[in-house]
Amino acid sequence: MTVTEERSVTEVGSPRRRKEDGRLVTGRTRWTDNISLPGMLHLAMVRSPMAHATITSIDVEAAKSSPGVVAVFTGADLGDEQGSLPCAWPITADQKAPPHPSIAVDTVNFAGEIVACIVARSAVAAKDAVELVDVEYDDLPVVVDMAAAAEGGNLTHPDLGTNVSATWVFDSAEAGTGGNVEDAIRDAEVLVERTYRQQRLIPAFMEPRSVVCDPTGEQTTLWSATQIPHILKLMLALTCGISESKLRVIAPDVGGGFGGKLQVTPEEVITLVVSRRLGKPCKYTETRSESLLAGHHGRDQIQKLTLSATREGIVTGLKVDLLADMGAYLGLVTPGVPILGAFMYNAIYKFPAYRFECRNIFTNKNWTDAYRGAGRPEATFAIERLMDELAVEIGVDPLEIRERNWIKHEEFPFSTVAGLEYDTGNYEAATARAKELFGYDALRAEQRERRESGDPVQLGIGVSTFTEMCGLAPSRVLGALSYGAGGWEHASIRMLPSGKVEVITGSSGHGQGHETAWSQIVADRLGVAFDDVEVLHGDTQISARGLDTYGSRSLTVGGMAVVAAADKVIEKARPIAAHLLEANADDLEFTGGKFNVRGTDSSIGIGDLALAVFAAHNMPDGVEPSLDAEATFDPENFSFPHGTHLCAVEVDTETGETKIRSYVCVDDIGKVVNPLIVEGQVHGGLVQGIAQALWEEAVYDDSGTLVTGSFVDYLVPSAADLPHFTTDRTESPSSTNALGVKGVGEAGTIASTPAVVNAVVDALRHLGIRDIEMPCSPHRVWSALQHRDGDGSSSGADTPTEKTFVDDDADPSHNAQLSGEGSGSGAAEQGGLA
Amino acid sequence: MARISIKVDGVEYADDVEPRTLLVYYLRDQVGKTGTVIGCDTSNCGSCTVHLDGTSVKSCTVLAVQADGHEVTTIEGLAKDGELHPMQQAFHENHALQCGFCTPGMVMQSIDLLRDNPSPTGEEVRHGLEGNLCRCTGYQNIVKAVLAAAESAPVRVGTAGGTL
Repeated sequence: MTVTEERSVTEVGSPRRRKEDGRLVTGRTRWTDNISLPGMLHLAMVRSPMAHATITSIDVEAAKSSPGVVAVFTGADLGDEQGSLPCAWPITADQKAPPHPSIAVDTVNFAGEIVACIVARSAVAAKDAVELVDVEYDDLPVVVDMAAAAEGGNLTHPDLGTNVSATWVFDSAEAGTGGNVEDAIRDAEVLVERTYRQQRLIPAFMEPRSVVCDPTGEQTTLWSATQIPHILKLMLALTCGISESKLRVIAPDVGGGFGGKLQVTPEEVITLVVSRRLGKPCKYTETRSESLLAGHHGRDQIQKLTLSATREGIVTGLKVDLLADMGAYLGLVTPGVPILGAFMYNAIYKFPAYRFECRNIFTNKNWTDAYRGAGRPEATFAIERLMDELAVEIGVDPLEIRERNWIKHEEFPFSTVAGLEYDTGNYEAATARAKELFGYDALRAEQRERRESGDPVQLGIGVSTFTEMCGLAPSRVLGALSYGAGGWEHASIRMLPSGKVEVITGSSGHGQGHETAWSQIVADRLGVAFDDVEVLHGDTQISARGLDTYGSRSLTVGGMAVVAAADKVIEKARPIAAHLLEANADDLEFTGGKFNVRGTDSSIGIGDLALAVFAAHNMPDGVEPSLDAEATFDPENFSFPHGTHLCAVEVDTETGETKIRSYVCVDDIGKVVNPLIVEGQVHGGLVQGIAQALWEEAVYDDSGTLVTGSFVDYLVPSAADLPHFTTDRTESPSSTNALGVKGVGEAGTIASTPAVVNAVVDALRHLGIRDIEMPCSPHRVWSALQHRDGDGSSSGADTPTEKTFVDDDADPSHNAQLSGEGSGSGAAEQGGLA
Repeated sequence: MARISIKVDGVEYADDVEPRTLLVYYLRDQVGKTGTVIGCDTSNCGSCTVHLDGTSVKSCTVLAVQADGHEVTTIEGLAKDGELHPMQQAFHENHALQCGFCTPGMVMQSIDLLRDNPSPTGEEVRHGLEGNLCRCTGYQNIVKAVLAAAESAPVRVGTAGGTL
């Protein structure tokens, strides 16, 4: 036996280097696209260049006779077999949704939609033949602008009779969680009204999506670069009418997801159906251009916001009118993304009244769905921008306005106006630490100097705090929100006779370091060596039950399932240990991997017990010869990490360029299993949020063509664009799980976007700028400075969507009340400040 | 078809390729070097970076026929006798990877970077890696890893394994 003897006392909390790295740094990886099977055929997709059109004819004859081509399939060829792609989250009973065939049949509804599939003996031959498919289209009116679409006009789906998929409302007065926001607005001493746009983003995981399907044998095996092998298995079975038990889904090494691989894709369905039709293994791997064009997008919301407050800056109410662009279809959780944000607009604050109304809108664009944070970054951006605006109105420091409104540490657990119960937190501590690391006062002094001297490069300081509901999710809560599944997670532990331990988790990692973190947890729990734990995941034949990885849920839900399974192992081992030690089970204590008879030096290790059970020669009567255990954990509540982020930017007023000078974040994610992994999650999250603030946007032209369809135009930042981050943590252990942990996967992304935009606006506010629309590109900043006309807004030429949405019905008397109250120099905009 | 002779990770290969075949497809599909990956189709991401005669190239911008008579080192050719190349080790030690998809390209580019500039500043590392995209790490630990590699093994790091 080669059980590793040495182990540190506690693995949890230690910066263990990752187990995953060995294969990843040497190229010994199994990405889906690396898989090659005997006789495997290759797929290429013919995609519509039209955003909205009727398909009048498809001529595939030339493609079929192209060298190496085996078959060509159109939507009509696949017929009922392709089903309709699933949406698991009907947010209202009367939600409208169009049928969603994987290959379009009669009409195309966004540019990039698949209209035919080539099957060939090589990937190159398949791609060559794409050019040979001749599709005739009849133009239909293209709906691009969600704000216009919301008001009627041309319809994305004429059969639905409307562009509005659903309207969803939360009102604290109706829910009994707070007051009536209209009363708060009527009685407001200070009213801040703003409209913000969350531009459309693309997850842009580094590994393009790929799928391989092998229909030979009794079970069909499908490999996919997916975040959700378990959900995919069920959904493919339901969509294609295949017995769930005849399908095995494997997510091998998966190169990032960020929500973008939380989907049941047309390409997966097509590969499955085609491979079964032909009885041959098939592979499809998208190009990057296809990925940007047709992998689901994220964000794309317009937020109309009204914040009421007292003259002391105490918020009395918040009203959110949201438009969310679904694109042309509803993906797996598309409609629910804005709903995830609905509960977070009140953020870390004690708001007495709150109303949220969201309209989900169809347009002829690629559909949106989960992207890192999913709803919560949007909400956090809105409120953190508003809090800065309120601070200006009241004339106090932005940190001061937050402190006047936030939940104090002694007030936890705290029931919010949105109906959630926050577990733990200490906003004071995180903020104090962030200020200290940032050198807040010195930077403010430098800012004053630069303003006074008229420096062409102005300094801006941006503040953002955040909290989020993570650890998706209590199944009862998901049920109440009409989500189609639960939020539990499953784990099992197999105690091998050699003393090694196999941990099977339903949470399927794709960069997060599950194999390392789960090993740390189990090593501590069972008293075995870190290196003796093997974590298995991502194969439905091995990990039969699971709900996969998204929503910062892996550790808080999946990790807890692992803990529960380990505890069951110990309890199964206890009577066997008692039998072998000839002791009473009640006299045994389990520490350091051993059962000891209290008060004696008689003991037996868990590894020896595993071997004894394997042999099963000497078992107590009526006890099964197995230590293996499984557990399903369903959280009772979310966990609520939080943090304070401070960003200093230098904005060149002559070129419009923004450079991040320094960035400090202090996050509180409760207990930490592996600080190295946590830091990495924070860094990466920060950059995705910063990228939204400064660089990234999926842009469609008026004809519905994506004009940012490659990495040349869609600006994923490089190392040279970014600063070094200063990160630290405070620790308020979660009270909702035994590990005391909170999620961290989305934290950085949620908080950093408003921190950066607040900083950019802060740099320019004395020049009359009150907002810059994201991404705050040099062009937008420069234009705002050139065109500032006293209204303080930069929305300007780039934003047709916002212009049409603004619907100012605010009582002008509020504007009058605001006159002279604030330090803002802007005139009234959107019924706001004067 | 064109006949090419090429040494990949120390092994000689002679193969027929379509003239239009990109080096990265040749490496992956014909030589089986799937450690080198394809992340984009516009030469922006750098995931496919390998060394051609000891200098980093994006193997999606080189035709296989251009590599005829030359030597290629991929991520799979760096470790020797089970021992990681110092740059691979530095990436591991400094948690410079998460999903790991960009890692082969990042490691190959980082080695080349140190060959050109054995003692870079953090800012020089950032600029040296400008052509390689990572979506997971925020680059902070990648920069840290390259600096650590420069610090720990300035001589060997500057070469791409023992083949060149």
